[in-house]
Amino acid sequence: MSTATYAGTEVTVNEEGFFTDPAAWTEAMAPEIADEAGIAELTDQHWQVIRHVRHEYTEKGSGPTVRALGKTSGVGVKQLYELFPKGPAKLAAKIAGIPKPRGCI
Amino acid sequence: MIEKVSIIISKGSLEAVYPGLIMANGARAEGIEANLFFTFFGLDAVHRKHHDHIRLATVGNPGLHLPTLAGALPGVSAAMTAYLAKKMAKLDIPPIPEFIEMISDTGAGLYACKASVDLFELAKDDLIEQVQDIITVGEFYDKADGGQIVFT
Repeated sequence: MSTATYAGTEVTVNEEGFFTDPAAWTEAMAPEIADEAGIAELTDQHWQVIRHVRHEYTEKGSGPTVRALGKTSGVGVKQLYELFPKGPAKLAAKIAGIPKPRGCI
Repeated sequence: MIEKVSIIISKGSLEAVYPGLIMANGARAEGIEANLFFTFFGLDAVHRKHHDHIRLATVGNPGLHLPTLAGALPGVSAAMTAYLAKKMAKLDIPPIPEFIEMISDTGAGLYACKASVDLFELAKDDLIEQVQDIITVGEFYDKADGGQIVFT
């Protein structure tokens, strides 16, 4: 466990950089987390996915896998990989301040 | 961290095809570059006519804990395949055609082995459109260069 500072606020993150306390996340932090993950600018479509992931986490207690994202976020799998080339489910979860989704599919 | 993986699928039974697909999809989910190579009976997974009819091997499959003769009875393979498909759907594991389409959408490369395509007298048109190319072993090694190779 370590700490990171986003939007001027210190938060705790795990060794992979995922928030350990999703309640500490604010939308203002997202651009800085994204930048660290290699995404220079968050477009409206990025936000659509990030907000969806956040919503799913609040409803179900875990973030969606790529397949679920492709079916429910309004953004298809192909485009998800264009938006988040290093893994959409993982990166969207990181930027949305929720734990890394666990699933094999 | 692994950066690239090339997965060779060489058998055409359900229990041989799914693990390769899951490995490839999982690699892409982690941001790892992935290529899939379909060779020998593994070609069935990308064959237009066969990819929706991949069955579980119920003969010579000790993991099923079925008497060999029972596994050979007519309908047993189809019934067990249907049973597994139901269980997989519950776990959100897609059917093979949908899974392969999705893996292609993740940006993974899908390739068919030239020797196998020749052996079965197939053409590119016999294969699903997601197959990018029919390639030789040498071309495969070129694409696999710098990454890990997994043979299933």
